[in-house]
Amino acid sequence: MPANETSLQAPEAESRIDIDAVLRESRVEEVLERLERELIGLRPVKTRIKEIAALLLVDKLRGKFGLSAGPPSLHMCFTGNPGTGKTTVALRMAEILHVLGYSRKGHLVAVTRDDLVGQYIGHTAPKTREVLKRAMGGVLFIDEAYYLYKPENERDYGQEAIEILLQVMENQRDDLVVILAGYKDRMQRFFESNPGLSSRIAHHIDFPDYNGEELFEIAELMLTDMQYQLNEEARRALVEYITLRRGQPHFANARSIRNALDRTRLRHANRLFANRGGVLTREDLVTISAEDIRASRVFLSSGEGKRHES
Amino acid sequence: MRLTQGTFSFLPDLSDDQIRAQIEYCLTNGWAVSLEYTDDPHPRNTYWEMYGNPMFDIKDAAGIMTELQACRKTFPRHYIKLNAFDSTRGVESLKLSFIVQRPGQEPGFVLQREEGKGRIQRYTLRAYATQQPENQRY
Repeated sequence: MPANETSLQAPEAESRIDIDAVLRESRVEEVLERLERELIGLRPVKTRIKEIAALLLVDKLRGKFGLSAGPPSLHMCFTGNPGTGKTTVALRMAEILHVLGYSRKGHLVAVTRDDLVGQYIGHTAPKTREVLKRAMGGVLFIDEAYYLYKPENERDYGQEAIEILLQVMENQRDDLVVILAGYKDRMQRFFESNPGLSSRIAHHIDFPDYNGEELFEIAELMLTDMQYQLNEEARRALVEYITLRRGQPHFANARSIRNALDRTRLRHANRLFANRGGVLTREDLVTISAEDIRASRVFLSSGEGKRHES
Repeated sequence: MRLTQGTFSFLPDLSDDQIRAQIEYCLTNGWAVSLEYTDDPHPRNTYWEMYGNPMFDIKDAAGIMTELQACRKTFPRHYIKLNAFDSTRGVESLKLSFIVQRPGQEPGFVLQREEGKGRIQRYTLRAYATQQPENQRY
């Protein structure tokens, strides 16, 4: 022990690390800032990502002094309701891990049950291995992971895929990061039947639902990306729309908002088309007005709980 | 007798890290890496048995190293070579090929002489190993 301690202290005495310089050197700050700017809400998610980023950076610094704790396990599980940004964050995660030097290539391979599980005996293992091979050096994102395990069918080959997955997750941690995603209750049941999987995932991150303001910010961000803008009236209409829509069934957070905006664009285009004759300005082409939003069926059937979104 | 076929064959055998670095080089060039094995080495035996399909969509050397380990496990005493195929239009051929595993003992080749018509002497090479049936060589 004492010998060990002196070896720890020896380099420290002669060299000190300037943490600001290290931060500047790795583009971590930049990436985290972008994360903050482009992802609205999601407080717990951002906190966890920051923690992971800090850990990886500190590990790098420790490496300079010859201290090592082995590569940390970074397998993650994203749970949350539809449209809360699980896939978006997974994509971002691949980039962050790449910047931090944890994953070598930083690509994301997104798969579902169909890509992993085969149809006949002996079909599953090669299929799963193929996917794993492709994902090495990056992130493997398994969407709706609970479909991998089907308890009602005892001859299901999903279990085989899970076992291969486990083996690689355990043995090749520095080659591959696995992110599972799915709805919370179903994932919980999935983990109950596969305790080995749950314990090998270090980070269980829960994606909260967005509140009204966050959804509005998201809508604005999406519109800016699509190079549209709202006028004052439309702004109010959109706030109302979001409140109404949230109360209705089949609400899928940001995804519903995106769909609503897509339909609004349709109506916007249609309106411009309807009153031909006039001259269009650039202003007309980018500005969405209240009537485009208020034409939505959500306003007609408020409270009734219509099944179709429109 | 040491088999010298492909790139690097006059160098000492590459270590796994060196192989990994070579694969990385292939991948940055966008070449597709594939593995082949044989227990019948011969200068004229160019196409060996394929181990799996050529790996066209792999981004990182780790994926190919996994496949190589699997191949080594299946054929612990065979020759294994790693090929890098450039699919660029107009090239469409191997850019790099080197041996990544060889048997512990390589007995080498015998030069066989054959009397032809007149006083013609024909020569042919034959690997000592091929006197054994397949899978019992080496």
